[in-house]
Amino acid sequence: MEILISIKPLLTVLVPLLVIPVLVSSSQKPNVREAWIFAAGFVMFFLVASMVPAVLSGSKIVFTLFELAPGADIAFAVDGLGMLFALVASSLYIVTSLYSIGYMRGLKEHGQTRFVSFFALAISATMGAAFSANLLTLYLFYEILSLATYPLVAHHEDATSRISARRYLVFILGTSIGLVLPAMIYCYHVTGTLAFSTPGIFAGQLSKPAATVLLLMFVFGFAKAGIMPFHSWLPAAMVAPTPVSALLHAVAVVKVGVFSIVRVITGIFGVDLLAQFNLGVVVMVIASFTIIVSSCIALSQDELKRRLAFSTISQLSYIVFGVALLSPSGQLGGVIHILMHAFGKITLFFCAGAIFVATGKKYISQMKGLGRQMPVTFAAFFIGSLGVIGLPPTGGFYSKWNLILGTLEAGQTVFMVVLLVSSFLNAFYFLPIVYQAFFGKGKEALSDGPVKIQEASLCLVVPLAITALASIGLFFFPQMFVDLIVLGLNL
Amino acid sequence: MNNMPAILVLAPLLGAFFAGLAAWIQKQLSYYIALAALAVSCVAAVSVLADVITSGTMQYRMAGWAPPMGIELRIDLLNAMVLVLISVIAFVNLVASVQNVAREIPDRAPSFYVMYLLFVVGLTGVTATGDLFNLYVLIEITSLTSYALIALGDKDRAPLAALNYIFIGVIGASFYLLGVGYLYITTGSLNMADVAVILTGIQGSTAVLTAFILCILGVWIKMALFPLHVWLPNAYAFAPVGFARVVAPLMTKVMVYVMVRLMVTVFGMEYIFETLHLADAVVWLAVIAILAGAFTALFQKDLKKMLAYIIVCEIGYMVGGAWLGNTLGMTGAILHILNDGLMTFALFLALGNIIYMRRQTVFSDLSGLFAAMPWTMAGFVLAGLSIIGVPPTCGFFSKWYLVLGAFEAGAYHFAAALIISSLVCAVLFFKVFEICFFAPAPGAQGHHVPGNPQPPHDIHTAGNLQPSHGHHAAGHAGAVVMAEAPVSMLAALGLVSASIIAAGVYAGTIVDTIILPFLQ
Repeated sequence: MEILISIKPLLTVLVPLLVIPVLVSSSQKPNVREAWIFAAGFVMFFLVASMVPAVLSGSKIVFTLFELAPGADIAFAVDGLGMLFALVASSLYIVTSLYSIGYMRGLKEHGQTRFVSFFALAISATMGAAFSANLLTLYLFYEILSLATYPLVAHHEDATSRISARRYLVFILGTSIGLVLPAMIYCYHVTGTLAFSTPGIFAGQLSKPAATVLLLMFVFGFAKAGIMPFHSWLPAAMVAPTPVSALLHAVAVVKVGVFSIVRVITGIFGVDLLAQFNLGVVVMVIASFTIIVSSCIALSQDELKRRLAFSTISQLSYIVFGVALLSPSGQLGGVIHILMHAFGKITLFFCAGAIFVATGKKYISQMKGLGRQMPVTFAAFFIGSLGVIGLPPTGGFYSKWNLILGTLEAGQTVFMVVLLVSSFLNAFYFLPIVYQAFFGKGKEALSDGPVKIQEASLCLVVPLAITALASIGLFFFPQMFVDLIVLGLNL
Repeated sequence: MNNMPAILVLAPLLGAFFAGLAAWIQKQLSYYIALAALAVSCVAAVSVLADVITSGTMQYRMAGWAPPMGIELRIDLLNAMVLVLISVIAFVNLVASVQNVAREIPDRAPSFYVMYLLFVVGLTGVTATGDLFNLYVLIEITSLTSYALIALGDKDRAPLAALNYIFIGVIGASFYLLGVGYLYITTGSLNMADVAVILTGIQGSTAVLTAFILCILGVWIKMALFPLHVWLPNAYAFAPVGFARVVAPLMTKVMVYVMVRLMVTVFGMEYIFETLHLADAVVWLAVIAILAGAFTALFQKDLKKMLAYIIVCEIGYMVGGAWLGNTLGMTGAILHILNDGLMTFALFLALGNIIYMRRQTVFSDLSGLFAAMPWTMAGFVLAGLSIIGVPPTCGFFSKWYLVLGAFEAGAYHFAAALIISSLVCAVLFFKVFEICFFAPAPGAQGHHVPGNPQPPHDIHTAGNLQPSHGHHAAGHAGAVVMAEAPVSMLAALGLVSASIIAAGVYAGTIVDTIILPFLQ
């Protein structure tokens, strides 16, 4: 593999960081501030995109920032996996920024400058996590991301957001300090390195019990991935403004959690070690439990954002599940779900926010008949649902297909049932919403006569249309992302 | 001969003398003299550090008298680093605290500055000296000045706190002196390097053991190692803030330095870890200190007290690390002297700013601080994160070495204590952040409905917060107005916050150029 030294990964992280002072200084001029956000977003995206050809040709782009000790430095390395995640997060940041304008201004939210500033900090940390060359760097950005999101969750500054923000921190910071930190230092103590590498960093230095404990510390410790029982911060975090739920709590934050677990499984332990100790199955059992249980909980939620949150918890575990299958198709299906779920779920959140801004409704039971009033939004909602359920013609089909293929490859037929049952549950908690919206009768809805179309503002509708269309687009053109994953995981 | 080591210690001493005199002419003059003296000290300290890094240990004979008769300043990498820390913190704090001093002790400001300088003389002297008895004298100078300075604080409570500190401090000093006495009887020398050479021949001696235990006990009392810490929280909480800001980060850290010096240079690691079998017990003691400090901090309702107990907790980190018996642990302990000095200083700087603007530091009075004092709070958050141990702040990196050392020594209880204390500190600080982030709005909720443009709270009428107006009035609806501390205070906090990050990202460099060469 060719190694290229380039400052681009660092620049990608710095761009949103450096724009923050500008945002703060233009707080009195919202249009200028928003222009800067887009400028930063596009620069960041093009920086990421400019690295794609090199990565696709099999090179690795590296940059070392600080050296702490041999094997433990603050360094970036862009491989296929990190590139996939960075592309998802940086492209959706632009879309979300547009959405955010419509949402925050539509609701005349307070503290918009603080909001966009911490949002930029969060995306910077996400980029850093995607490009981390080792566990130490990943941990650094993981923690920055946790802290950057706190003011966003607490945005409303009322009693509910106070409690939710507290729960958010207790779970996220508690697990990362309590579990990941000691596990990481122990890894360094044993091996003297934390750099992600393909066969893993342990060369027969771990006994099975030690490996099991360490692996569980990582899987539960990266609580952003929402593995039960450390999931309940995610529904609580839904008190945040919807752009936060959409980008951070469906894409950036939660996927950083999953991404970290993927890195630990593939880059620290290595597939061979886990297969040797038969530990993949342990993770799969944990993930399966989360998949089924949170799908069931989602069924019972009436608040739309909470239902989406439980759906996210379940879908995140798909990714962990896929990677823990340790078979090529399973890993491909799991990792590509980072992309497919991102576009599907962000669409759904965008829709939830648009409905709230346009009508003030946030409970599913209030949404009967609303589809006739907001056809674009609900059409997008339908597409997003298909993406999450995993039905064609959306990209979600591709990940489900590969996941199921992966279970067969690995000979784990029992787990295939888990996937199928969960897909049914997904359909049960999403499709009735769409059906009721178009064909149901709301209390106040007129039973006959044409319904006046009342969509939310364009700033809200355009982003959700874009992500819905992208979701379909990914069904037809997934190849580049597949290549990235195949390169990243050496499948 | 390079006179920088002497200038480093003597500049504040002469400064104290002239500052005292100048107060007769004009009170304000004593401040400028103090400032100049400490600036000289800073420059000297930095140049000494640079010299020591390039050309090795520096020995300076006071007035040319040769040791073991004469007084020797002996500066190697370890104390050069600590000297820079002391002189920079003392200088920066003087800049930051002038307004606090003018308000808290307006009539006695010159005496404050004189004593402050003498306190710095004591600290730099303790750190620079190569002589065990001298060390005692200088510790006493430090202590005596701090008794006086603490007593200048809170009118009702500071005198009692100072008295308490005197009693315990004197006991500590006596222990140390007694220990030095034993050493003198057995070796006939007081020069550290000299004693170290003589001690290698008589390691089994009971007298040496007694000497060691007495010295270490004395130092532990002075550094407030649990359960010998009872004097510290009140003394630091009720001291005038201009002094609390410098004594909190420096005093205990200098005593940790003395402990490391006694262990590494005087008695030798071999003696301590191979002849004595105390290490396990001391690490356990450190574990208890960490947990006790952290959990006691959890029950405080005043920011000052909370920070004071965090110091007790952090002392446990350094003592435990030093007694793990491996290079990694000792590296962590030494690195933490620097890091903890910086982050405690930042916390107390922020505390001083808050006291200056609000006069109160009880938790219930802190609400809305993020809106009113965003810059101060930014520094406070950064320092808090460093205490918790979040990268890339420096606190993470010392914890890194300490936990690694604990794993290497098989001291899993110490690693666990470090992790638990990080978690408790996270709770501690986020409790404070939460109070400061949210406005005081009991029962207020659900302002967020579409169409309601303005949040009814998150607001302070900061107009009343000007110091001259006295007590603040909270909770009125109105525009958010910032009421930040004066620029000098913010600049100091900004500088220290930046150095918290710098010490973090350059932790590897610090370890490679200063700590590891010292330990070899």
